Amino acid sequence: MNNPPRLTALVTGGSRGIGAAVAKQLAKDGYSVIFTYVSKPDEANAVAAHIMAEGGEAQAVRLDVSDRAAVPAFFKEHIEGKVELEVLVNNAGITKDGLLVRMKDEDWDRVIGVNLTGAFTCLREAAKIMMKRRSGRIINMVSVVAQMGNAGQANYVAAKAGLVGLTKSASVELAPRGVTVNAVAPGFIETDMTAVLPDAAKAAFLEQIPLKRPGTAEDVAAAVSYLASPGAAYVTGQVLAVNGGLHR
Amino acid sequence: MSVAEKVKEIIVDQLGVSADEVLPEAKFVDDLGADSLDLTELIMAMEEEFGVEIADEDAQKIVKVQDAISYVEAKKG
Repeated sequence: MNNPPRLTALVTGGSRGIGAAVAKQLAKDGYSVIFTYVSKPDEANAVAAHIMAEGGEAQAVRLDVSDRAAVPAFFKEHIEGKVELEVLVNNAGITKDGLLVRMKDEDWDRVIGVNLTGAFTCLREAAKIMMKRRSGRIINMVSVVAQMGNAGQANYVAAKAGLVGLTKSASVELAPRGVTVNAVAPGFIETDMTAVLPDAAKAAFLEQIPLKRPGTAEDVAAAVSYLASPGAAYVTGQVLAVNGGLHR
Repeated sequence: MSVAEKVKEIIVDQLGVSADEVLPEAKFVDDLGADSLDLTELIMAMEEEFGVEIADEDAQKIVKVQDAISYVEAKKG
């Protein structure tokens, strides 16, 4: 990679799970990776160190995407005029599960705030930059539950389904400027987020997966890598499901 | 550089038109070939350059090159 300065990929929520796998994969693909984290600086630094040990470029920055003032400040400090932002992966996500009749307002607000509003705020800032560059890839991490619904996750499902809608609208608005916007919808993936599910719930999911195994973070990262690649230039407004056949 | 010159420069840059087309009476859509996304980018570029905020209602009234110049001049007072 001696060519012009590396293009940059920004991955939100990159310290672990799918985000960490995506950050590592995009670094392998030749991007200089900036990824954000909130609560796990040690894990974030370990991901950055891993990437750099393999000859890639990575930087971990603390950012709560639900903080409406912090996101534009982050873009000013780290992105605008500093790097060539080609890829944004809106991956930061949280769950606060509970049956809807018992769901607290703050659990609703927090999940919508991170998963949907956070993605919107990052997308808006990135779009301004990518529109000027006449080039860019925005990839939103959604979930199979956005397509299926899921008991106990009304807030998470609503946020992810909202993110599917945001993906489709943004794809239409940004297409004239050469910016594609797609979503990746993972199924049941082995991460910290799914580790907390009761065994019975995990078994029930596994039973329904035609490929008879849970997905890995790397399975999802490969899909993101494709959508960021030159080969996906004509793909926009799509939801790419990576779910072992769980939902068709 | 005067406000008028700076505005014209932004228009040339954003719309990819030549400077001699950017006459005061030139309309962004009809004469300079701008679409709605171009107009939005133009407004955003002016906001950034002049440090002003242009409300959507005001932006809709900016139809010609002179409208943009007059708007910024009035705002900068």
